[in-house]
Amino acid sequence: MNIHEYQARNLLEKHNIKFPKGKVGSTPKEIYNIAKSFGGKVMVKAQIHSGGRGKAGGVKICNSPSEAKEFSKKIINTRLITNQTGPEGYLVEKMFVTEITNIKKELYLSLLIDPDSECPVFIASLHGGMDIEKTVESNQANIVKMNCDPLVGIKPYKLKQFVDKLNLPKEGNSQIVSLLNNIYKAFINNDCSLIEINPLVIDDNENLVPLDCKITIDDDALFRNEEILKLRDINQENIMETRAKDYDLAYVKLTGGNVGCMVNGAGLAMATMDITTKSGCYPANFLDVGGSTDKEKIKEAFRILISDQDVKYILINLFAGIAKADLISEGIVEANNELNNELPIIVSMRGTNSESGFEILKNSNLNLYVANNLGTVSKLLLELEKQNDNFIR
Amino acid sequence: MTILLDKNTKVLVQGVGRDGSFQTIKSIEYGTNVVSCVHPNRKDQFFQEKIPFFGSVKEAVEKTGANAGVIYVPAPFAMDAIIEQIDADLDVCVCITEGIPIHDMMMIKNYIKNKKTKLIGPNCPGIISPKLNLKIGIIPGNICNPGNIGVVSRSGTLTYEAIAQISEIGMGQSTCVGIGGDPIHGLSYVDVLKMFEEDPETKAIVLIGEIGGTKEQSAAEYISNNVAKPVIFTIAGSTAPPGKRMGHAGAVINGKMGLASEKILALKKVGAYHAEDLSKIGETIKQIL
Repeated sequence: MNIHEYQARNLLEKHNIKFPKGKVGSTPKEIYNIAKSFGGKVMVKAQIHSGGRGKAGGVKICNSPSEAKEFSKKIINTRLITNQTGPEGYLVEKMFVTEITNIKKELYLSLLIDPDSECPVFIASLHGGMDIEKTVESNQANIVKMNCDPLVGIKPYKLKQFVDKLNLPKEGNSQIVSLLNNIYKAFINNDCSLIEINPLVIDDNENLVPLDCKITIDDDALFRNEEILKLRDINQENIMETRAKDYDLAYVKLTGGNVGCMVNGAGLAMATMDITTKSGCYPANFLDVGGSTDKEKIKEAFRILISDQDVKYILINLFAGIAKADLISEGIVEANNELNNELPIIVSMRGTNSESGFEILKNSNLNLYVANNLGTVSKLLLELEKQNDNFIR
Repeated sequence: MTILLDKNTKVLVQGVGRDGSFQTIKSIEYGTNVVSCVHPNRKDQFFQEKIPFFGSVKEAVEKTGANAGVIYVPAPFAMDAIIEQIDADLDVCVCITEGIPIHDMMMIKNYIKNKKTKLIGPNCPGIISPKLNLKIGIIPGNICNPGNIGVVSRSGTLTYEAIAQISEIGMGQSTCVGIGGDPIHGLSYVDVLKMFEEDPETKAIVLIGEIGGTKEQSAAEYISNNVAKPVIFTIAGSTAPPGKRMGHAGAVINGKMGLASEKILALKKVGAYHAEDLSKIGETIKQIL
């Protein structure tokens, strides 16, 4: 789960990390008042769950409270499109106002879980700021890393080795040690998968100041982080994906396809998308109904597929292991009848109780096409696509 | 021969809720020697009227000689169950549970270093050795055939698909191992490849990978220096958009290395045979064997 910059700052402030003065507002008037209380010249930043805000015009240094007000008027309640949001962008409902910091040098600092070393890893770069991705790709020499053993935490000797490589001024050296310790505590205490400070700057008094931060929390650990769950902003999420999540379904909407896919298992769902694409048709979505699935989940999955206007055919590909194919079939038939669906449904189904599952489907009034294997799925898709073309002509 | 399991394998079960008990019954029907169940509050009861419950893994091991464990408990309690099985020195611990916090897995992976137990999973379908009629986990037994092909995969359902295609072309499996779809998991491709290479009854290996991470690249590196047996592979997720979690916590394209095309390239380079899509695994095996 992602949280907004202002929420991430609050969370880090609770772990004794100091930021420049800042406050969030949701109307131009509020933004004006905050800017005024900060002495006039401020930075105003759109709050969305995406990076690349600066380049997209969502961040601006404003020289007066009225300029801050005008800027926020232009941005609040619009959708900000950045290079990371996709064409729809994200709705800006709040903006964050901060004091101006005089920057002498910009660094990059993050703590994330590295699946290769299977532990938290600090990554720092001597060149932070807006183009950090490019720095990482083009100039590995500027990147400094430190692995942390989760069983013992970070030890001072290791911190020293890490910090020495950063060549900070004297003030910054002692400040970064406590910053790293505090970030690590925040990371462990809140089940974070990422804490990123970019930029981390050295100001003109040689002090180390974090200017922006991003935090991602492990979705699988939200059950034990109730306070963080309260920070969830569902307006930053895709409505259908959110609805799916509530039913414990993994759903991702894809653009440009018309085959509504319903699959059990993430791997098979991906492979089904691949096969659909290879046959010349395109998937409208990724949908994994999960290993341990039940009738209600299947019905909801079916509703999600039907409510997508792009979907012209439904492709159900199941290999039941922990799930039971007969229960899934009952769910499909019930949902199909409830929603009066007439769209053609291609079904490939194997594994636990699949024979009785097929019986249930065959004895229903589904617009059913049975595929015995994945090769047949491609052929059926093409056939249906052809019929559809003929029909339109 | 088989890998990981043999005819002396005695299994204990942690988590006999709806799914856990259904799968335990299926395992017993298949032929697995399930000797005990563990539940803190069901001591002195019996599963299916014959398999005794014990209050702890340690007690189950002492009383029944269990040397392997399977875990179906919900994610919030899975870490405790895994650590308990590691502490009881089981040879093998298979964790089926999905959705374990990644911080827990990080702790477990650092804790398990230098311990006896081999962890398989989590978020995996488990292991099956058709020749011995032995399975731990949820892979359907009726799609398997005893044979000479080893299967290793991050995905449960893709494991089934590969097994089914191997059986459909009249061949069979030596052992199949689902290593799990989480970014941090127990045995890796490399661990399982090593076992298959050393196993005299495995003649060829099917490796099923997917987008995200760099584990397929590590497998490729290992194959180039250590695996002489033919490796057939397919990678799922060529059409997945970057930055989106495709069900599995580990299936997210973050950076170039996570792309299907990069993984395919790495494995082709070391001489592995590419089944261009999932439906072609059987066909590809037939062509080279």
